[in-house]
Amino acid sequence: MSTVYVPLETAAVSLGADEVAAALADSATVVRNGSWGMSWLEPLVEVDVGGERIAYGPVTPDDVDELLGAGLLEGGEHRLRLGPVTDIPYLAQQERWTFRRCGLIDPLSLAQYEAEGGFAGLKKAFDVGPRATIETVKTSGLRGRGGAGFPTGIKWQTVADADGDQKYVACNADEGDSGTFSDRILMECDPFTLIEGMLIAGFATGATKGYVYLRSEYPLAKRIFAEALEIARSAGWLGDDTGGSGFAFDIDLHVGAGSYICGEETAMLESLEGKAGVIRYKPPLPAIEGLFGKPTVVNNVVTLGSVPDILAKGGEAYAALGVGRSCGTLAFQLAGNIRRGGLVEAAFGITLRELIEDFGGGTASGRPLRAVQVGGPLGAYFSSAQLDTPLDYEAFVALDAMIGHGGIVVFDDTVDMAEQARFAMEFCAIESCGKCTPCRIGSVRGVEVIERIVANENRDENLTLLKDLCDTMADGSLCAMGGLTPYPVRSALKYFPEDFTR
Amino acid sequence: MATKYDAAIAGEIIGRHGARPELLVQILHDFMDRYGCITDEAVRQLARELNLSRAEVHGVVSFYHDFRREPAGRHIVKICQAESCQAMGSRQLTAHAEKKLGVALEGTTGDSGITLEPVYCLGNCACSPAIMIDDRVFGRVDAKRFDGLVAALDGADV
Repeated sequence: MSTVYVPLETAAVSLGADEVAAALADSATVVRNGSWGMSWLEPLVEVDVGGERIAYGPVTPDDVDELLGAGLLEGGEHRLRLGPVTDIPYLAQQERWTFRRCGLIDPLSLAQYEAEGGFAGLKKAFDVGPRATIETVKTSGLRGRGGAGFPTGIKWQTVADADGDQKYVACNADEGDSGTFSDRILMECDPFTLIEGMLIAGFATGATKGYVYLRSEYPLAKRIFAEALEIARSAGWLGDDTGGSGFAFDIDLHVGAGSYICGEETAMLESLEGKAGVIRYKPPLPAIEGLFGKPTVVNNVVTLGSVPDILAKGGEAYAALGVGRSCGTLAFQLAGNIRRGGLVEAAFGITLRELIEDFGGGTASGRPLRAVQVGGPLGAYFSSAQLDTPLDYEAFVALDAMIGHGGIVVFDDTVDMAEQARFAMEFCAIESCGKCTPCRIGSVRGVEVIERIVANENRDENLTLLKDLCDTMADGSLCAMGGLTPYPVRSALKYFPEDFTR
Repeated sequence: MATKYDAAIAGEIIGRHGARPELLVQILHDFMDRYGCITDEAVRQLARELNLSRAEVHGVVSFYHDFRREPAGRHIVKICQAESCQAMGSRQLTAHAEKKLGVALEGTTGDSGITLEPVYCLGNCACSPAIMIDDRVFGRVDAKRFDGLVAALDGADV
């Protein structure tokens, strides 16, 4: 029987992949692989023809009979035929590092994971020891992919040097930013990479216990990752003697409960302790006093997932990618009103235009692009005149913007930027943990002030007031929620002032 | 399907988590799965068995969007309200859903069939607009697809 691949990942399933798999089950051996991240082609079906994987997509359940009639199982011609999957330009032009196994393998096959280089990084870490492991991560220039961009090696060094009878690795999988889904794709399509990354972090810093804090909006990632943990545990990669090394480490999966602020690291720690997700003052840093007051590595999924190959291939190989102090690759996520949405892993330095036009193919609606929000709901809006900005942490900071977790949301010319600014404040009001006044009260007042501006009530005075309010929130908030909500508001005011004065 | 609160079984659930107060959020998820909401009786029992005050338990329950004190409809339909889905018409889709179901966001249809809720990102942003029905995510949902999906729900009277 021929082998066909139908992804088990959320985007594919959200467009009918389960039904497609069921429709193919009588005709072929169906492997539920991960997604390659080409969400615009999902469900993307592949058929193994003499060892080469020929892609068809997007395939709906209704297409299956016709495809089988056209000789799908032999790689036959059809309007949905895309050729060998790895030749599709969207994929061929990426620089896959962290996501290189996504799509290729059955996410829950430990054998396939190892055959594709899995655990090579961990074995290297065991060989060279904790100190050299941290040095390799420092050499790589890897910075936190959750959004803050803090150097990972330095964080690990801090935890390793901190006194503590117990240390933890807490993986932040509370991927709440709109326009982002790279954590989800890695956890659904190559979960062992995250497990390996956490093992390396634990080994390097002396932590013996790991937690993954996963948002509840990702039920499929929860199911897949929980199963991956079981598989890793029964194979001896988690437990008292991981991989026969003598190093003890295990991982618990905790599920969040619909709170955006729990993606902030200290709120996440509170939630992991069973409490309301109210943020903590910093200092002390979580690296010194984190979960249950113990030294804790808090890293994002993609950060940890990038580590295994950094160990396996060397820190220099990773640092050779990217520009300036933005080393390596980032998994950009093309979302919103875009023709070819999906995950694009590329080295830093690529421009917004290359991502949106060359990879993304422009807007889905075919209308002119008007605005782009980068970095989630706390990220700045860009105008169409700024698309040549390179994706580089420092270049973005210079523009009062941030790359954040790499989400890129495209809007066409029907967008109302005053409404988007109002929403930024409203979202902050809904999701604020309430601990500090600028965020808790400022966001509510921000919604009201923007509504008055739009309604032309004392417009000039209210515009001044809004700018003052943004300054207060930016300077006076305790964390990034209130501190960065002004980014989308100020950028909307700056680049789209006409929308506030209609 | 939610079942009636039962102190013995609730105690077993708490016991499965070792009656550890730091697992309160995870225990509440299990309660939600079984009972559909967190009743006053549940708050009292959680406080007693986890050695917390009722105020502490209530504080956690009321902080998180996922936990509710009153039961929802038989199905929960969540429509993403975040930026990526806004860029693909989620505001219009939400207005359509409210009209179709005859309830505003956060409301439940008269027959208790469907509770309509906002959600802020389902991570399906390359296939916006996205909705979630119970535990399943659907992408590129327009008004027609929405109508088909809710019509297929058992017990839905729409």
